[in-house]
Order: sequence, then structure tokens, then C-alpha cells
Amino acid sequence: MRELELLIIGSGPAGLCAAISAASSGAKVLILERSFQPGGQLIKQTHMFFGSERQYASHRGVDIADILLRRAAEFGDRIELMLNATAVGFYEDNVVTVLKDEKEYFKIKAKSIICATGAFEKSLAFPNNDLPGIYGAGAVQTLMNVYGVRPGNRVLMVGAGNIGVIVSYQLMQAGIQVAAVLDAAPRIGAYLVHASKLARMGVPILCSHTIKEAIGTDCLEAAVVCRVDQRFRPIPGTERRFDVDVMCVSVGLSPLNELLAMRGAAMRYVPQLSGTVPLRTVDCETSIPGIYVAGDASGIEEASSAMAEGYLAGLCAAAGLGHVPEDYGARRQEYLGQLEDLRSGPVGDRIRAGMKLSAL
Amino acid sequence: MRITQHPILNFDRGKELHFTFNGQPMTGYEGETVAAALHAAGVKVLAKSLNLHRPRGFYCAIGNCASCQMIVDGAPNVRTCITLLREGMRVETQEGKGKIK
Amino acid sequence: MFEQTAVATREMVLEKFPPIERIDKGPVAVVECYQKIPCNPCQTACPFGAIQIGADINEIPRRDEALCTGCGVCVAKCPGLSIMIVDGSKSAGTVEFRIPYEFLPLPQVGERVLGLDRAGQPICRALVKKVMNPPAFDRTPVVTLEVERKYLYDFRNFRREAEAHG
Repeated sequence: MRELELLIIGSGPAGLCAAISAASSGAKVLILERSFQPGGQLIKQTHMFFGSERQYASHRGVDIADILLRRAAEFGDRIELMLNATAVGFYEDNVVTVLKDEKEYFKIKAKSIICATGAFEKSLAFPNNDLPGIYGAGAVQTLMNVYGVRPGNRVLMVGAGNIGVIVSYQLMQAGIQVAAVLDAAPRIGAYLVHASKLARMGVPILCSHTIKEAIGTDCLEAAVVCRVDQRFRPIPGTERRFDVDVMCVSVGLSPLNELLAMRGAAMRYVPQLSGTVPLRTVDCETSIPGIYVAGDASGIEEASSAMAEGYLAGLCAAAGLGHVPEDYGARRQEYLGQLEDLRSGPVGDRIRAGMKLSAL
Repeated sequence: MRITQHPILNFDRGKELHFTFNGQPMTGYEGETVAAALHAAGVKVLAKSLNLHRPRGFYCAIGNCASCQMIVDGAPNVRTCITLLREGMRVETQEGKGKIK
Repeated sequence: MFEQTAVATREMVLEKFPPIERIDKGPVAVVECYQKIPCNPCQTACPFGAIQIGADINEIPRRDEALCTGCGVCVAKCPGLSIMIVDGSKSAGTVEFRIPYEFLPLPQVGERVLGLDRAGQPICRALVKKVMNPPAFDRTPVVTLEVERKYLYDFRNFRREAEAHG
């Protein structure tokens, strides 16, 4: 069994920033990444990010992945990145079991562990929602922006949150028609600047609308949508048919943190954070000393917050291992300050409410 | 189904690879997943569901949802959305749970 | 309505425009950022300190029309693509817009395109005067278009004639 100081599970924005932060304090880090490429969901984000320059605002996500990987590489063997390595178990003695390349199975024991496992896309129940052609919006983003493959010719986007609206814009950049974007909520959930980009290209954004059914035999051929009332009940007679070969479902993400639940970290369902999340201190430490969480695994937010949380968790985990840099206090305040900035506005209301419910 | 020009991205496709889908010869590129190569070739139905035998495509593209499981080189339940294409791969539609040989 | 359609109303748009006298003097930025979100690259990008957000990055940017030179550095930097440059100094009958356009193929200089409003509806013809796509813009090309002056507050986008988006 391999024993090490700090294990980070996940190499998305939170995991990479945690590794950079911990290594810069002097810790030795191993990152496990289940995919064959690092960077998590950054690798398919072709749009410029929000936030401030401290979170690489105005850079495209795909380029931020490169920047973070280059910075991580500067630490030489202090940061080791293991690809195709899925953490499948997490036990009381801080042993993590790993499945590598779908065949090797081994154990790693770490003094401290940061869980930066991200999130997965929620689905939606409606008749024929399992037809090929109906995909998660993030999945379509992967298909088109990572592999350069068109998902189809004409798309209906279900969900007008940031992901739905951003992916719609990216579909159009790839030359694919977007028939409409709909959302059951009475208001657009996305940042309105993103939504306005679509509006001025003539894409209808239909609030208070839901998907009634998908139509098709082997693959999606059409979708029927209808209006909903204030209590989200379909209004009969308002049905509209869209002939589309692709439907993207973008109805939110759920935190991916089963490993922490398995380890026995105190968890709570917090709707404002979009699912069951570990309770955590302001320093991202869970109810188990030395076990940290960062990024979407601790509640759904933006990539900018995931990066700031990663830096904070990395700093504090390293400090817990005895790597306390001279500027520890200043760095901690800097990362806490970044998080406060990112969460302080009206769009941060939900997050702040959620953080109160998940606070230790 | 391949994007040839894009305002932000350059797609540097790797070496051309040959594989079969239900015995039919197909081509894809090094560095892409089985599901991406199939989608590029217009194949959207990857499997049939366990009980009702309904068509299944990929859904999450991050290996999380199990909708894209296929038989690859005789092995069932391979998550094709995260499995890289290799030269000579035999890819088959999976019906039911699959048998481990 | 804005929160349902993402199409700004006339009143909202007018508030973001400087007085016509300023527009007629020369290029100036119009920052169509209507919602408090945590974002401040426009402030960071402006070499003249003409766009201010302040310490709280959630504040809505304020553009000082006296300090703004209409240089356009902010246009390609805004992640929301919410900024355009307007210039009424070129002729009495037309105005020039510089807007971000992240689609291919890019229009050609001298090409006549369809001018669109904030809801993507065709409202006028527009003449492409310049297409800028330097490395500093990081793949957000900026297109200069000449539009009849009466569309000053309505023009916001364009479409090449051969294309049918959406």
C-alpha cells in the first residue's frame, strides 16, 4: 500500500488549484483523475470566465486548464498526476482504493485528503426522455468542444441557467441551429449578459415552459413543449412542437461526493447548494479532521469559486500537515476574500444561504 | 458530423483509426472516445435497455450514467463515452446485461 | 420583462448611452451590463480608468464618458460580450458601431449585412467597415459597421445575408 502526505481526488479547477496551493506551501501531492485527461470540465469551456483576474476572468476555461496544468508542472515531482485512476472507496483509516486503467486495483493511504470530485448533470422526467438524441448539455459540450463532433442539426435546450445558455451559444458557434431555450422558472436563471447574446441572435427564450414529451422511434425526432402556471403545472392547449434531432437537458448539477459520505463525513441535503453536501468549516475542512472538500463537490457554484476554494483547501490541508508558509495568514485571508467577493452579490444569495446550512 | 471550422477551437485530429461497429468497418481518430467516433459517423443508438429493449444513446459523456455501455472487443458494459478508440477495436451494440466470457 | 427575455427595454438601453453630443464627438463605449454579477475584467482592461466597478466586483460598471476614448480594449475582454463602441463623428446620417462577433465565417470589409436588434430581429442594412481579430482580442473578433443614424438605439447585432441563424 502506498502511503503519502496529501491526496487530491479530481483534477478540475478545484483539484488543480488545491494541488498548486498545497505544493507551494511545501506539501507533496498526488492527484487522482478518473479521466484520461486532466482539467475536469474546464477542457470544454470555450467562453470567457467571469470573476476577477485572480480567477483568470476573461480567459477561456479551456485556456485556464492549460495555465493551471503548467503551474502545477512547475512544482516538478511535488505534484504527481495519475490519470485513468478512479477513487472507488474511502475508508475510516484514510485508505482510498483506486481502480487504474479499469484493471489495476490498489490502495493509497494519505495523511490528508481533499475531495474535489465535482458534479454530474441532473436529468428530467418526461415521456421518452431516454431517446438517443437527448443528452446532458454538458455532454453535448464535451462532444462538440473536446471532440469536434456535431451532436445533430437542430437543438432544443431545456434549461436557461448558465450552462443551458452558454452551451446554446456554443452550439451556434459550431454552426448548429438552436430552436429555442426553455425553462420552467418564470425568470432566466443564467447571467443575463449570456442570455442576451442568444436573444440578439434571434433564439427564443421561453420562460414558464416545460418539456411535455419527446417524440421518436429510434432517435429523437421532435419535442412538444407547453407553458406552465405559477405552480409549474402544464397549461392545456399551450403545446408547441419543435422538430429537433437533439435535446439538451440542462436542469442543474448535483454534487458528486459519495466518497465523503462513505468515509463517514457529516452530510446534509442543502437545496441551495443543489444536493447533499458535506458539512465544512470556512477552511473547507469536513467533520473529519484532515479531510477537505472543494469545488462543486461541496455545493454547485461557478468555476471561479471552485478555484478559490481549491487554493484555500490546499493551503489549509498543507498547514495541517505542518507545511505552514510564512505568509499563511495573508494567503488565507486572500482566498477567503476572493470567495466573499464572488458570493457577495445578489447572484450569491443562494450560495450564502446554502453555506450557512452546511457550515460546521 | 464533424466540425471543420470553429471560431475558438482548432481540432487537431490524431491518426486515423479503423474499427468495426456490429461488423461494419468505420473510421475515427486517435484521441477520441468510441462514443464520439460513433456519433461522428451518425451512430446514435449504442445499446438497448435491459427490460424494455429501448434504444440507448450516451447521456453524460463523463462515465457517470451508464447509458452508453457497449460490447468492446468482446467485453460487455464498456462505458464508450470515456473509452478511447484503438486501432482494430470491435464495437457492438449491447442488448441486455451482457455476458462476461 | 428583461428577466424573461434577456432583451433590454428602450429605457434600459438609453440609460447606458452617453448623450448624443458625446457620441458625435467620437467613439465611446456603451456598457450594456444590467445585472449585478461577480465580474470586473472591463475595469481591469480599461487603460484610462474610464470603467469603474469599485472594490465590490458585483457592482454594475460605470463608464465615464469624459475619460473614455472609445479605444475598444474592453469590447473583446467582457465575458458577457456586453460592450460595444458607438461613434457618431463620421457623418451626419450614420453612426459606426464596433461589436464583438465570435462566429465564422467573418464578414468581409465592404460587405452589406443585415442589422439586427436586441431580439435578433432584422431592422436595417449595415455596411462592414473593418474586421479586427488580433491575438490580443483572444478569438473575440470585433467588427466595425456603419448603420443609419436612426437605428442608434436599436442596432445590436448583424447577420450575414447567406446565413440563417436560429
